[in-house]
Amino acid sequence: MTPLWDWGYAFSILPRLLEALLVTIQITVLGSLVALVLGLVIAVVRRARIPVVDQLVWAFVEFVRSTPLLVQVFFLYYVLPHVGIVLSAFAVGVIGLGVHYATYTSEVYRAGIDAVPVGQWEAAAALSLPRSRVWTGVILPQAVPRVLPALGNYVISMFKEVPLLLAVSVVEVVNTAKEISSETFRPTEPYTIAGLLFLLLSYPASILVRRLERRSVAV
Amino acid sequence: MENLPRIVAVLLDGVPATVIATLGGIVLTIVLSFVAGLALLSPQRWLRAVSRVYVELFRGTSEVVQLFWIFFVLPVLVGFQLVPLFAGIVVLGLNHGAYGAEIVRGAVQSVPRAQVEAATALSFSPAQRMRRVVLPQAVVEMLPPFNNLFIQLLKSSAILSFIVVSEVTERGVQVLVPNFGSDIVLIFTLMLVIYLLLALVITAVMRTLERVAAGRLGRRGASRQARAEVAVG
Repeated sequence: MTPLWDWGYAFSILPRLLEALLVTIQITVLGSLVALVLGLVIAVVRRARIPVVDQLVWAFVEFVRSTPLLVQVFFLYYVLPHVGIVLSAFAVGVIGLGVHYATYTSEVYRAGIDAVPVGQWEAAAALSLPRSRVWTGVILPQAVPRVLPALGNYVISMFKEVPLLLAVSVVEVVNTAKEISSETFRPTEPYTIAGLLFLLLSYPASILVRRLERRSVAV
Repeated sequence: MENLPRIVAVLLDGVPATVIATLGGIVLTIVLSFVAGLALLSPQRWLRAVSRVYVELFRGTSEVVQLFWIFFVLPVLVGFQLVPLFAGIVVLGLNHGAYGAEIVRGAVQSVPRAQVEAATALSFSPAQRMRRVVLPQAVVEMLPPFNNLFIQLLKSSAILSFIVVSEVTERGVQVLVPNFGSDIVLIFTLMLVIYLLLALVITAVMRTLERVAAGRLGRRGASRQARAEVAVG
């Protein structure tokens, strides 16, 4: 009988898993950029309360939030080529993850914007600042730092959701673990290492976010 | 469009598995949330430590890894494999239970200290204090975050398609996409609508529970507003 855990085997597969981890991190970073920027755009647009546009954006946000990311990724993967847009699985992953999480971050930004005292808006209006300066010079510098911990938590969640993309054969950590275990018929080491890699990155990150949270409460 | 009835039929075929996985996952989540959440508040040091390890382990790793670990690795270690649907329920429950534990802990801690002191003064036992005074108030606070958590769980149930549970996503991607390629937009729109409807059901049930729980405390639903008025007055 082979041992439950084979260190030699574990070390031999580590380089491949680390390489895949790099892909996971790339998707997380790019997806976060999409989520952080698009979320902000959604929040600012909704704040303008333009009739019809506002309802459409609201419906889109609720719909995306209430349905599985996995199905949305499949949707992008299968439907986009039909309308002539051919994207790599990697790009589908970044867009899918980014748009899904943008609906969450938009709510976070909204809460941050709502928390800015009304007097700030009034002061900016009294100084007759142009609309764009009101946002970039007055409101957002106060709203965004406040919600950084919440945004950080969503980035960590995104990192942990990247493995969903194995469904469209993105070669990230879990997909690589799956490939290795089907080549060698030894699932224990690859999946356990995959889990540990996630824990190793997301646990320290969540401690950092918690520290940030405590500091922002103190302010 | 002429394939609509057949597409709907195949997708509806997947609904029972999605509903069973979600309900099973929710039941397990509730149990684990309370056990682990109250353990996090226990005076017993080892109990807190065990619960903390559980919570961080399941919050710190990806749900897909957990699913594959329980489905592919556990059989190697213990010698038998779980039925896919059951393995799915276990993973959904374990994963979301870890998040729920923090909800329970937070809600119990948010009950004003004076409530516990008053119960102590009335010589309630610690168990009575928890059951009669603290939990009824804490539960009202827990319901909105649990609503979000249960919708997350419903959405997560789609990953059960990875271990070939015949739920909605698996039906759509494995059965419909290869056979009705030209109706691809329709297929995915219907799938998303099914999940949206199930999410609305969860929200409706949770809103009702919120009203009932608030009513039992004499808060009559509009609890936040009532409390705000008390605070102002």
